Amino acid sequence: MTNEAMLSLEHIGLRIGGARILHDVSLEVPPGEMLGVIGPNGAGKTTLFNVISGVIRPTGGRVAIDGADVTRVPIHRRAATGLGRTFQTSSLFPGLSARENVRLAAQAHLGGATSVFRIPRASDDASRRALDCLAEVGLEHRADAGAAELAHGEKRKLEIAMLIATDPKVILLDEPMAGVSSGDVPALTEVIRGLHRGGRTVLMVEHHMEVVLGLVDRVAVMHHGELLAVDTPEAVMANPTVQSAYLGEAV
Amino acid sequence: MSTVVLLVITGLGLGALYFLVASGLSLIYGLMGVLNLAHGSFLTISAFLGWEVGRRVSDGTWLGLAVSALVGIAVGAIVAALTEYLLIRRLYERHIEQALVTVGLSLASVALFEGIWGTDPIYTEKPDWLGQTTVILGAKIPNDRFLLIACALLVLGGIVLFLRRTRYGLIIRAGVENRSMVTALGIDVRRSFTLVFAIGGAAAGLGGVLSSVYYGYVSAHLGSTLLIFAFIVTVIGGLGSLTGAAIASVLVAVLQQFANFYLGGTGDLVVVIALAAVLLVRPRGLLGKVA
Repeated sequence: MTNEAMLSLEHIGLRIGGARILHDVSLEVPPGEMLGVIGPNGAGKTTLFNVISGVIRPTGGRVAIDGADVTRVPIHRRAATGLGRTFQTSSLFPGLSARENVRLAAQAHLGGATSVFRIPRASDDASRRALDCLAEVGLEHRADAGAAELAHGEKRKLEIAMLIATDPKVILLDEPMAGVSSGDVPALTEVIRGLHRGGRTVLMVEHHMEVVLGLVDRVAVMHHGELLAVDTPEAVMANPTVQSAYLGEAV
Repeated sequence: MSTVVLLVITGLGLGALYFLVASGLSLIYGLMGVLNLAHGSFLTISAFLGWEVGRRVSDGTWLGLAVSALVGIAVGAIVAALTEYLLIRRLYERHIEQALVTVGLSLASVALFEGIWGTDPIYTEKPDWLGQTTVILGAKIPNDRFLLIACALLVLGGIVLFLRRTRYGLIIRAGVENRSMVTALGIDVRRSFTLVFAIGGAAAGLGGVLSSVYYGYVSAHLGSTLLIFAFIVTVIGGLGSLTGAAIASVLVAVLQQFANFYLGGTGDLVVVIALAAVLLVRPRGLLGKVA
């Protein structure tokens, strides 16, 4: 195992009851890589994200972020290890404004002065950071709108702004394009590209193949809880095993 | 006309007491999912200790009342925070057990209060002005109603400012909406639980001292009576919604006053019918979030 990998999975296995959900998944993601995770429904893509982010503890194997073993680190401490993620279902606070959503994330990241009665002024670090992050995804004009009032594409952008606010080294995006209208796809694609340009390592589960192939450096293909192949988009698309998994032919 | 004015303002005063209890209940339930059945005990112990200290400093004066109020607020906050820290926290996410512990604490504490202060109400002194009346639109309004309303408005304003303008306020509001997401952001939301208990306890403590002014006595059962109506108010207002609790407090108390006067003392019955109607028509309450 090299020490250079930003995220490393070693022989991850997950059994629930008698069912084998994940089997022997090993993967090394170097710093700054954008990796697409694809596969048919039920292949274990979201489960793998849940293992990486600590929602589920694997029954076998090891997860390391930037060289540190985090397999047993509880979920609320994973953020401090440099991990951030979005969920398939919305991870926003609908009753708070866009600014407050991001502020909460920024505040979680900055920590520091936690005096109970300290009034957050518009100029303090967390507020400034919140506005910067909103600007990075192009939502600064919607800062005071309630999160519930945002259009679907804007909500996805807001989730990414919250991610940026926690300054993660590794980002997991679970179907960022789900439910986004085709008109919003290019803008959101640019936002994701921007995330990556900042030198962050990004893993993305996405069914929208055009988006995946246009963005990622490598593609990991999952099928029945196993990793079939990890390679460049071109090579993966030409891989007969992958083709048969997708087309349902006998391997 | 003067009767209507009297009933409305008296209703507002009683609603103020309900709100002081319900605000804490609603916040605690909203953030932590805990039905705190010991909330009435926080109120009673604050009323007793506030009265004991206040009357020794200066009985029946504004100074004495102010001291009582401060002692009541402090006692309420401390007892509530200790309850969370010593009992509730150990049963994190086990809601049935949490409710049972608070029931037990409530029963045991009432017995303890009866042991110390007896089972009969103890009549209290209050500043002269509070015992007098002011004429508004022909209605003679007992002055203590104004004190209750003013205090409840201050508490409402204070909690709203705290929730809207402070870091912990933001965490609490977010936690009420989606606790697990707050945790995923890397915030240990449990830290704010003790704080919410302390705030709720402080409001109930003030409510305890004010209810001894309103009723004119302190008793071991002060909290239990108010707690029942505060629960109804919390459910009607929508669990977790502070504004909902404020609106429902006024609605319930005013309705109660009118029914008592015009429908032959059926105020309590009417309130329970209103509760049933809200649960049937709008189970999440006036301003509650969708479950």
